[in-house]
This record gives sequence, structure tokens and C-alpha cells, in this order.
Amino acid sequence: MLGVTRHIVAGRGFAASMTVLDALNSALDEEMSADPKVSLMGEEVGEYQGAYKISKGLLDKYGPDRVCDTPINEAMDHIINSAAKSNYMSAGMISVPVVFRGPNGAAAGVGAQHSRLCYINDGGPERRDADELPCMAVSFKSLTWGKATAEALDSSFCLPIGKAKIEHEGKDVTITAFSKMAGYALEAAEILEKDGISAEVINLRSIRPLDRTTINTYVRKTNRLVSVEEGFAQHGVGAEICASVGEESFEYLDAPVESISGADVPTPYAPNIERMAFPQVEDIVRATKRACYR
Amino acid sequence: MSLIHRSSGLLKPLAAGPASLLRRPFSSATDDDATKITVETSVPFTGHRIDPPSRTIDTTPKELMTFFVDMARMRRMEIAADSLYKSKLIRGFCHLYDGQEAVAVGMEAAITRKDCIITAYRDHCIFLGRGGTLLEAFAELMGRKAGCSKGKGGSMHFYKKDGGFYGGHGIVGAQVPLGCGLAFAQKYSKEDHVTFALYGDGAANQGQLFEALNMAALWDLPAILVCENNHYGMGTAEWRAAKSPAYYKRGDYVPGLKVDGMDVFAVKQACKFAKEHVLKNGPIILEMDTYRYHGHSMSDPGSTYRTRDEISGVRQERDPIERIRKLILSHDIASEKELKDIEKKARKEVDEAIAQAKESPMPEPSELFTNVYVKDHGVE
Repeated sequence: MLGVTRHIVAGRGFAASMTVLDALNSALDEEMSADPKVSLMGEEVGEYQGAYKISKGLLDKYGPDRVCDTPINEAMDHIINSAAKSNYMSAGMISVPVVFRGPNGAAAGVGAQHSRLCYINDGGPERRDADELPCMAVSFKSLTWGKATAEALDSSFCLPIGKAKIEHEGKDVTITAFSKMAGYALEAAEILEKDGISAEVINLRSIRPLDRTTINTYVRKTNRLVSVEEGFAQHGVGAEICASVGEESFEYLDAPVESISGADVPTPYAPNIERMAFPQVEDIVRATKRACYR
Repeated sequence: MSLIHRSSGLLKPLAAGPASLLRRPFSSATDDDATKITVETSVPFTGHRIDPPSRTIDTTPKELMTFFVDMARMRRMEIAADSLYKSKLIRGFCHLYDGQEAVAVGMEAAITRKDCIITAYRDHCIFLGRGGTLLEAFAELMGRKAGCSKGKGGSMHFYKKDGGFYGGHGIVGAQVPLGCGLAFAQKYSKEDHVTFALYGDGAANQGQLFEALNMAALWDLPAILVCENNHYGMGTAEWRAAKSPAYYKRGDYVPGLKVDGMDVFAVKQACKFAKEHVLKNGPIILEMDTYRYHGHSMSDPGSTYRTRDEISGVRQERDPIERIRKLILSHDIASEKELKDIEKKARKEVDEAIAQAKESPMPEPSELFTNVYVKDHGVE
């Protein structure tokens, strides 16, 4: 995995670039620099520089009071029940200004228990939690060593939560995706272009809240939709997008929505069947052609 | 030629000389089983709320040789896995056990295959100890059909149910409640068998351990919690993670024993003692003071949080295989050359298993969808 480079955005002649790993690191650094109340704690975040080296250099820069190594714990219950719900249950009295950052998604060869953790909110590598509510920023493991965009290098760069990004506009069909699949969708769009299909790619960025407005606006323009995600189909992001589009933009659809997702199985280890468990570029191409009745 | 018998003398090495040339080669077994050799563990046991067992243990030449052969094979397997990982034939996570062999081998010597073992992801050698083959291990590591989990599990998910081995788990500490569940089943079935649930010093701080231990103690389950304390939870030393790194005491109301985990006899004695204890009295904690030569996994060089001197120091002073080699040589059970031949043989076995594993194909695509539901129901 180390040393592999994947492009999130198809080459547009950026003068400078950094890996996603460095982008995450600089995001943490910027936030800690901007606000002395911001601290970082977790397993191996300090002396070990981060399990994936994402907090490299931060302990030296900010000291052990602000960068704390914790003993091991598996904290999902508290993320769901304490962090996410406290502000609501106390009618706004209790705030939880926490960002839970972690790796998610499939990485090559890590097997069933280390793929497919659940996630609430997937922003890009640069995001600021400006208010008092917690959010979960999840970066896909296999993208950690990929390239981040040039705009992201600017220290004041900040993305709003809840807004999708149009990575590439098109006329014939809209493809929605996020994280690693956004990159795959762009590759698929290039292949489809050669076949005379103009596919646009929307990078969702924010899963919850989901940018339903943008999705519906663009589907109303192209009249065809393909949703791509690595997660399971049932109760997945694509399922929600289909529901939203079905409710808001039914008359605008010229074809049924194509929803591509990961296979409904725990992740296998062997590389041939591991590959089959997750959408690949050719799957996106095929589904998009189906949506265009080709 | 006559075998030089050791009576109940202790570890004094035999004087070198013609006597050793007259020694009968190891291959004749009959006397070697009956000959009693008494050894002492390197350090005495320390007990928590329990009187520890004796540090004096009886063994035989046959047992000594078995220990050597088994540990040499495990050591060779892990070193070969390191190379395979670097050649990218093994992918994902790979956590190696070299240095810790005495725990796997000593435990096996004290128990039967009807007793259960469950552990975390550093599981290759435990699998071998439970009767798994080198072929099954290497094939699984390379994601092939001939693997113990048919290529679907990988390094962290080895199992051998007919050998009483229940995996092979990736989430830190999660195997301990599962192990207590196995013990529950054993008590429920009124078998006189026990479960060893292994975990590391990092996992020792997990809340679920204490929840499971509470239940095991309440219900007098035959559960033995074994902390393989190799002193580092990934990159965090025990003193940075635990307010109290005396893991054998952490059970509070549950008794515990601290054991030199690099001494296979100490491990055997402790496990034997623990088995007898839990069948009558409910759970016990064993803390194995052990050490891993490799880093946490193949992505960790293992030298950013500990010094190379420390690693080589342990290798020189406490290596489990060297300890047995010295015993074998001092009791004149085998010669240096014979022991080297055994190690060469282990290397050959490992190489052959790897070659065979490479011939095994990857799983059929249809395997992606099997073992999800009963009778593959619902698979579309």
C-alpha cells in the first residue's frame, strides 16, 4: 500500500500537489495552530506519529498536553450514542465539538473485520468543524497515499459541510459517488467519453447531511442517474439517493436509476474475490451504458 | 553404545569427553520417554490471590526434543512469512510471532485438543500448535484454496475447529468475551475441558475484558485468560498505556499468575496448574512475560519505540529456542550438529510447503458468496 498513488481528481495541470496523507496532516496542524483549545487524542497518534503517519510531527510541535496517546479502546457506542445525540437530547445545552477522524473503507488485503466500518459523514481531507456539533471525518484507507488537489494546499481552504462538488459536468447521465469511488467514476467518465456518452460526476463529499438539492438539480438536467458506493446496497447511500430522486424528480427520469454497490458479503482476503466484492471502473462503465440504454 | 542416563540431577552440563561419543542417537525412543530429567523454571512464579505452583518440573528427552522441533518449525515459518510479505505474496496485515513460540508450545504440552484456544491476530504459531499444517498456513497467507480458511480469511483469521482453535481475530480484545463463551459451552456440556483466551498487553485495557471476566467469575466458567505481555501495544509501551501493568493482578477478585513466557517449561507448568484450577474454581489470569522480535506488524519496523539493543539483548538472554538447545546439549540428548540438522529440516519443510502453497489456485469466484447465509439462501 505504501507508495501507491491514486488520483482523486483527473489531471488538470496542477503545479503543486501533495498526498492525501500530507493533506490530512496539514489539516490537523492548521486546526491546532488556529485554536489552542483543539487537542488530538487516540491510539498511536503521538509518539508513533499516527498508525498511518497522519499525525506526524504534531506531538513535537504541540506537546504532550495537546497530543495524547490513549490506551486501546473500541469506541463506536460512544460515537453514536453520546457524541451524536447529546446536543439533541439536552435541547442545545450540551455541545460536543469533536471530529472523529479515522480510516475506513476497503484497503487491499485487510480482510473482513478491517474493511467496512460504518461512517456518518465523509468530508474531503480539508474541513473545519466550525460549530459545536460532532462529526466524523473518514478518509478511505486506500486513498491515504493518493494525491490531494492544489486548492487544498492553501491554509485557509475550507469546505462547507453538506455541499457536493461537481467534479465534471456532462449532458447524458449523472454519476454520484464519494471518496475512492469518485476517482473511479471520473476514470469511467473518460472511457465513456470515447464511446460518445457525456457523463457527469458528482462527488458527494458529505454523506450526512446529503446534498439532495445538487443531486436533484443535476439529475433533472441529464435525466439519468447512476449511484456508486463501496458500501452495502441495502440501507446504503445509493438507496437514499434513489429514494430522494424518486420523490423529487420522478417525472424527469428517462431510465431507472442504476445503483452500484459493494457485494453483500464480509470482505474476503484472496485478491481475486476481494476485487469482486467492490465496484471497479468497468462496473461503473457498464451500469452507465445500461442507464443510457446502450 | 549406551545412553548416558541423567538421574534427578539438575542443570549441570556433562563434562565433555569420550562419554558423549558413546551416546546413542536420539532416534531410538524407548529410553527417552522413561528417562526423567528435572528442570527448574528460570524464575519462580508470582501469584495474585493464589499459591503459585512449584518451579521444579519433570521432563523427558523426548519432550525436550519435541519442544525444540516444534519451536524451530514455528520460528522458520514466521521468518519465511516475512520474506513472502516483502515479495508481496502476502498482502494486508501480517503480525509475526517469532520470539513468543514458548507460549504456543508450552500451552499445547499441558492441554488436549478438546480444550479450546482463542487468540487475536498474531495467530500463525498457535494454529500450528493446534495441529494446523504449514501448507494450510502458507496457502491461507497467500490467499489460496488450500488455506485453512480457503483463502477467505487471511493472516488474521486462521481457524481449526477440530483442533479446538477458534481463531484468529482482528478487533483488539474481542476474542476474550468469545473465549468466555466457549468456556460457558464447555461447562454447560459438563465436559472437563477448558478454554484459553489469549490477548496482548494493549488489549488488556479493553473494557470488554472486564465485563467478560466478571461474568466468567460469577458463573465459575473454566476460562483461562492469558495475557501475552510482549510489552508493546503496537508502538505504545505498557507503562504508557496501563496505570497498572501488573496484568496478572488486574482481575482483582480473580486470581492470577505471572509466568516467564520465554521459558517453555514455565508456560507448561502454569497452563497445567491453571487448567486444574479453573475446572474447580472458575477463571484465572496468566500473564506471560514474553517478547516479539518483529515489529507489531510487517508495516512496523519495530525500532522507533524500542532500541535495537533491547531486541538483541532479549534474543541473547532469553530466546526460547536457545534455552532448550542449551538444555538438550547439557543433558547430552543430542549433538549440536543434530540440532542444526533439525533446523535445516524445518527450513526444508517450510520451503516445500511454500512451493506447494504457490501451486494452489485462488478461490473460485463463486466463493465470494458462500458462507454468508445458511445453504447460501438469499444470495443473488
